[in-house]
Amino acid sequence: MRLITVSGPPSSGKTAVICRVIEALRQQAVKVGVVKFDCLSTEDDERYKSMGVLVRKGLSGALCPDHFFVSNIEACFHWGLDEGIDILISESAGLCNRCSPHIKDVMSVCVIDNLSGQNTPKKIGPMLKSADIVVITKGDIVSQAEREVFSFRVKNVNPRSTTMHVNGLTGQGAEELARLFAESSDVGGLGERQLRFAMPTALCSYCLGEKRIGEEYQKGNIRKMDI
Amino acid sequence: MDINEIKIVSGTDKNGNSESVEELTIRKGDILVLAGPTGSGKSLLLSDIEQLANGDSPSGRRVLVDNKVMDPFSMRITACLSQNMHFVMDLDVGSFIGLHAKSRKIETNNTVEKVLKQANDLAGEPLSADMHLASLSGGQSRALMISDAALISNAPVVLIDEIENAGINKTMGIQLLSTEGKMVLIATHDPTLMLTAQKRIIMKNGAMFRLIQSDDVERKHLKYFLEIDRVLEGFRHSLRHGNRLDEETLKRLVELEGANHEQ
Ligand SMILES: Nc1nc2c(ncn2[C@@H]2O[C@H](COP(=O)(O)OP(=O)(O)O)[C@@H](O)[C@H]2O)c(=O)[nH]1
Ligand SMILES: [Mg+2]
Repeated sequence: MRLITVSGPPSSGKTAVICRVIEALRQQAVKVGVVKFDCLSTEDDERYKSMGVLVRKGLSGALCPDHFFVSNIEACFHWGLDEGIDILISESAGLCNRCSPHIKDVMSVCVIDNLSGQNTPKKIGPMLKSADIVVITKGDIVSQAEREVFSFRVKNVNPRSTTMHVNGLTGQGAEELARLFAESSDVGGLGERQLRFAMPTALCSYCLGEKRIGEEYQKGNIRKMDI
Repeated sequence: MDINEIKIVSGTDKNGNSESVEELTIRKGDILVLAGPTGSGKSLLLSDIEQLANGDSPSGRRVLVDNKVMDPFSMRITACLSQNMHFVMDLDVGSFIGLHAKSRKIETNNTVEKVLKQANDLAGEPLSADMHLASLSGGQSRALMISDAALISNAPVVLIDEIENAGINKTMGIQLLSTEGKMVLIATHDPTLMLTAQKRIIMKNGAMFRLIQSDDVERKHLKYFLEIDRVLEGFRHSLRHGNRLDEETLKRLVELEGANHEQ
C-alpha cells in the first residue's frame, strides 16, 4: 500500500485537492482511502464519504494534533491494508506550524494557497520545508505575476520540493499530482520508521490542565521571553 | 524561448459534445480574438493555453507547442492578463516588481523604475513604488499588470482577457503587449478590438464554435468604429469633467452621422 501525508494551513484547499486527485485516480481503478486528522471537529469525512471514499477520522481533542497523529497513524495503516486500499491519504491541518506529520521515505505533500500571504511559506516551517511536493492552490484568484512571486517564495524555503499548481475547484493540475501519488513507492509498514521532524518538547504544567496564570504555577519545560 | 506555433486540439463543450472547430493553429505574429457571450468559455480557453492543457482541464483540450506536449512548469511561454482587477499580495509595489523580476532571473538594475514608468503611462492615476499592492485601484492594478506582463513576463505568447474593462488606455495596452513576432490571443466584447485581428474564434457553450477570417469589407468598418470610439471618448471626458451637453454638441453629432451616410 502507498501512503501519502498531506498537510497545510486550514482552508488552504487540502480536501478540495485530495478530492480532485481521487477523481483522477479512480479513472485508473485505484482504490483510495483517507484518514482525516483534526482537533475539535471536521466535516471533511462527510465530503469524502459523499464521494464514496473509505474514510476514518481522528479528533485529537485536548491533545496536540501532531502527537495524536503519530500515535495513531500505524493503526490507520493497518486499517488501510485490511480494507484492500491501494493508496491511503492522510489529511491533517497544520495548526501550530511548529510540527509536521511527514515521515521519512513516505511521500509528503504540503498544500498552501496563493492568498495566504507572501511570508507564509517562511512561517509554516517543517510542514512545508520537509515536504516532497508543495501544491499551490487558488491560482485562479490572483495574477500571473503574484503566482510566480509566490512559488518563488516557496522554492526559497524548500528548494528540493516539486512545486505544482492545482486548482481545487476545477481540478486543473490534479491529474499530474495523481500520477505522482500512483508512482510513489510502496510502504511495507510503519513500524520503526521515523518522523522527518521532531515534535515540540513541551511538557509543562499547562499541558497537564493548569489554567492559572502566575510564576508559581509554571512547572516543567518553561521558556521566558527576553523583555 | 523561441517557438513557432501553438496547436489547440479540440475537446468538448459544456455538455460533452465535440467542438465544431477541430483544431486551431496559432503562428508567430498572429493576433487572434476570442468573442462570445459571457460564460461561453473564453477564459477557459485562455487558461488551457496558459496551463498547456493536456486533456486534464474541464474542456479536455490539448495544447501542443511546436507539435510537442510541454510541461507548463518547466517553461514559461505565456504572459497573461486575466480578468483579475486587483492584487491580493501583501507587498509594496516596488518590492513586488523586484521579486517578480528576480523570480524570472532578470538581473538588470532599473527594472522597477522601467515597469513603474510604463504603468504610469497607461494609468489614469499615478502609482509609485511605496504604495501597497493590494490597495491599488482597478485602473492602477491593471496598468501595473500590463506593464509587468510586457516587461518582466515578456513571453512569446500573450493572453489577454477583457482589457477594455480595465479603465486604462486599451489600444496602448495591446500595442505594448503585442510587439512583433508574438502570438497574441485577446478575449473581448469590444468590436474595435475584434476587428484589429485577422482571425476570430466565436465561443459558444464552452466550445470553439466557429473560426472567422476577417476580410477587407470588415476592415473598412474599423475606420468608423475608431471614429465612433473617438467621439464617445470625447463625450466621456467632457461629461466626467462637469460639462453639459447642448445644442452645439448635438449638432456635431448630427453632422457626423450625415457625413457617415454620404460616404
Ligand atoms: N478559488 C479557489 N477556491 C479553492 C481552490 N481550492 C480550494 N478552494 C476553496 O477553498 C476553501 C477551503 O478548501 P478546503 O479544501 O476545505 O480546505 P482545507 O481546510 O485545507 O481542507 C473551499 O471553499 C474551497 O472550495 C482553488 O484552487 N481556487
Ligand atoms: Mg480539509
